[in-house]
Amino acid sequence: MHQKTLAELTQALHQKEISSVELTQLFLKRCESLNAKLNCFVTLTPEHALAQAKAADLQLQKGTVGPLTGLPIAHKDIFCTNGIKTSCGSKMLDNFIAPYDATVVERLTAAGMITVGKTNMDEFAMGSSNETSFYGVVKNPWDLNRVPGGSSGGSASAIAARLTPVATGTDTGGSIRQPASLCGITGLKPTYGRVSRYGMIAFASSLDQGGPMARTAEDTAMILNVMAGFDERDSTSASEPIEDYTAKLNDSIRGLKIGLPEEYFDERLDSTVSELVHTGVKELEKLGAKIKEIKLPNSNLSIPVYYVVAPAECSSNLARYDGVRFGYRCEDPKDLADLYCRSRGEGFGREVKRRIMIGTYVLSAGYYDAYYLKAQQIRRLIRDDFQKALTEVDVIIGPTAPGPAFKINELMNDPISMYLSDIYTVSVNLAGLPAISIPAGFMGNLPIGMQIIGNCFSESRLLNIAHRFQQVTDWHQHTPEGFN
Amino acid sequence: MSLNKTDIEKIAWLARLSIAGDDIPNYTRDLSNILDLVKQMNAIDTANVKPMAHPLEITARLREDKITESNQREHFQKIAPAVTNGYYLVPKVIE
Repeated sequence: MHQKTLAELTQALHQKEISSVELTQLFLKRCESLNAKLNCFVTLTPEHALAQAKAADLQLQKGTVGPLTGLPIAHKDIFCTNGIKTSCGSKMLDNFIAPYDATVVERLTAAGMITVGKTNMDEFAMGSSNETSFYGVVKNPWDLNRVPGGSSGGSASAIAARLTPVATGTDTGGSIRQPASLCGITGLKPTYGRVSRYGMIAFASSLDQGGPMARTAEDTAMILNVMAGFDERDSTSASEPIEDYTAKLNDSIRGLKIGLPEEYFDERLDSTVSELVHTGVKELEKLGAKIKEIKLPNSNLSIPVYYVVAPAECSSNLARYDGVRFGYRCEDPKDLADLYCRSRGEGFGREVKRRIMIGTYVLSAGYYDAYYLKAQQIRRLIRDDFQKALTEVDVIIGPTAPGPAFKINELMNDPISMYLSDIYTVSVNLAGLPAISIPAGFMGNLPIGMQIIGNCFSESRLLNIAHRFQQVTDWHQHTPEGFN
Repeated sequence: MSLNKTDIEKIAWLARLSIAGDDIPNYTRDLSNILDLVKQMNAIDTANVKPMAHPLEITARLREDKITESNQREHFQKIAPAVTNGYYLVPKVIE
């Protein structure tokens, strides 16, 4: 049963092969027995889940239900959940019981989904390996000595290990797509503003975007249907109408114009990853797509720009953690300054402190123009490159990450090398575009993802391409050994 | 190194972060390396480029001026480290 996709589980529930309570118990049991191995959950919520499942079963008996009623989901621990600990992977929020639900959680719960737990993540979503979490590193089910990627590594690991069919994630510079690639699952970063940020703990507000993670494009579309849409409580929520993201999954992709950026396939890319992505593109060609070489000339500047913009916004957003209203407070502060400095110094981990300090520096008097303003100018050039390319082609395809999952501790003492694992993903956040990562093969035993980038609000098209690809390939169906 | 010990102490104070003395060399090295990476931006001429603060370049929405939230002070103060009579407690700031 745990091998079934969300689409198949809906069938099973509706045909009364299994009840929601039984299904929930089955997944909870897997979570409880396998979490010790993977560490992908910060909190499991069995009582809450079973109460929700009982209510779902009553609804299922009445018959007036949607496609998601009674199905399990896990939420990244960055989404506020009313009455449930919401840690954001940080000691700072280890004692934080959220007093309200994030819009994403509220909508998925209203659609009848069962919350089985909160997934582990890099602290405040700052990391590409899940190693910065206060709760320890998450293991990659494909190789327990390797990282799952980050920051939504707990969600990706849990889905790959079949502990939950779907999960929520967030993506500020690659945090949905890179772990999806490293764990062999499907992950979509929607257009900026497509999914509400209300109740999603802020990292870099002009880049943060919540999105769905699943095994298949079809399941991804099913939960995006509920997650997406305008929310007046999010000041930058997009008002463009939403679609039924499952409606066009089977459309033909004949005549689709795919752009391959030469900058994404240079010597920095592992040759096996490059081959796998090219093989994936050939599959799409067989389905009628046309290929064109394109240029994104400023893409090599996306990492430098990101490491000004994201820390600047984070230093401002994380100023709210002051030891006064909620979260961690130091022992015996001698005055107010001591209260602030020690609560923050003791409550935040090293990577978070690094980024707050970089952000503070680039925004400080005398440095603003040279760093922050300059970064915002180049951000426009990066966005313009995409805009120009997307008038010539419908979508852009490249790798999601430069290589497969790396070893635990391999990059932990080298922040710059760690930052470079997001080299193919951050520019998409800077431009605000949607992009999906789908499994495209294996390097040895380790999965490799392929990234498809589209124009603003083209989620439906991206899911269509991903779904057609998954109908002619089986990379997304492989299960890591020991988790069958 | 583009930054020194004094810079790090100043930045840490601006950000209200206590940093242990023996950790300052690590932060000095890491932050200097990050700033070196960021300096790649200088290779690009941006003389006439308008800064882009936001991907969708939207303007802030206005809403009707009416009350939408109720007072939930007790609910929100339940998770505070220290409160008394509905106030948040901090160390004494006025002698």
